[in-house]
Amino acid sequence: MDEIVKMIGLKNNCTFCGVFRRQALDRGAALLKVDKVATGHNADDIAETVLLNILRGDIARLSRCTSITTGEDGPIPRCKPFKYTYEKEIVMYAYFKKLDYFSTECIYSPNAYRGFAREFIKDLERIRPRAILDIIKSGENFRISTSTKMPEQGTCERCGYISSQKWCKACVLLEGLNRGLPKLGIGRSRGLNSDVKKDIKQGGGTESIESKQCGSLDF
Amino acid sequence: MQLTLEFGGGLELLCESVKVHNVNVDLPKGAEKLTMRDLLSWVRTNLIKERPEMFMKGESVRPGVLVLVNDCDWELSGQLDTTLEEKDVVVFISTLHGG
Repeated sequence: MDEIVKMIGLKNNCTFCGVFRRQALDRGAALLKVDKVATGHNADDIAETVLLNILRGDIARLSRCTSITTGEDGPIPRCKPFKYTYEKEIVMYAYFKKLDYFSTECIYSPNAYRGFAREFIKDLERIRPRAILDIIKSGENFRISTSTKMPEQGTCERCGYISSQKWCKACVLLEGLNRGLPKLGIGRSRGLNSDVKKDIKQGGGTESIESKQCGSLDF
Repeated sequence: MQLTLEFGGGLELLCESVKVHNVNVDLPKGAEKLTMRDLLSWVRTNLIKERPEMFMKGESVRPGVLVLVNDCDWELSGQLDTTLEEKDVVVFISTLHGG
């Protein structure tokens, strides 16, 4: 990540790290031929993600982020067993059971947008601890209007990984890094980006590299 | 008053990476008992060597920092009004980490 940040600066670090780490996890799981991948996301994480997606207007992710299992119709389903467990409970458990645990914080996280959501959630928890579970419950209860356009799941043309666009996010980011275009794949599309189209050869097909905006919430 | 203070979950980095501190805290003038409120400001002045905003926010600890007094959550004993006795063990654990 240090080398990546040297190239892209201190913004949007989470995009690169998250996308690459997730793919690495999935590919590693495929190599080991596992049946399921379980991640340690806790209640605080899910509540932050719900808030984050609302603040960003990301309908597609909002509808998926509270599912306790995802990808059941894919080769390797993923689940989050700690979805309803508060971070505080986990830390106390680890402390009392004297478990080894890492507490290193990502050095790039102070600049992350998620930090604001986290701060807010923690202040909420102090006033009314149930707020975290309530946010998750609200997130689960969202229903997206059927007239809203949602991205469809397909495969990446370059590497075969699952993707809702022609190229998966990891390939787009990688392409950007390799070509010295650190902003490739970052930010909203503002119409056709002719520079990008010229660079990417036929088959790259990028009307918009970023995920499209998907209409409004309807509930 | 002799107390043992422990810092975990990354908070030790604010106190020069020392996790356990055996300290002697004086009662504030005119006070009969030592409260957590007093202890917190003492810690901020004497033990926190950098980035105090990671440890405290206003009068209390930053949200996300767990406080245990003798292995008991301080929310059960009155939070800032918790009174401390000789040889008590106070543990501060940050729950904010990862990505």
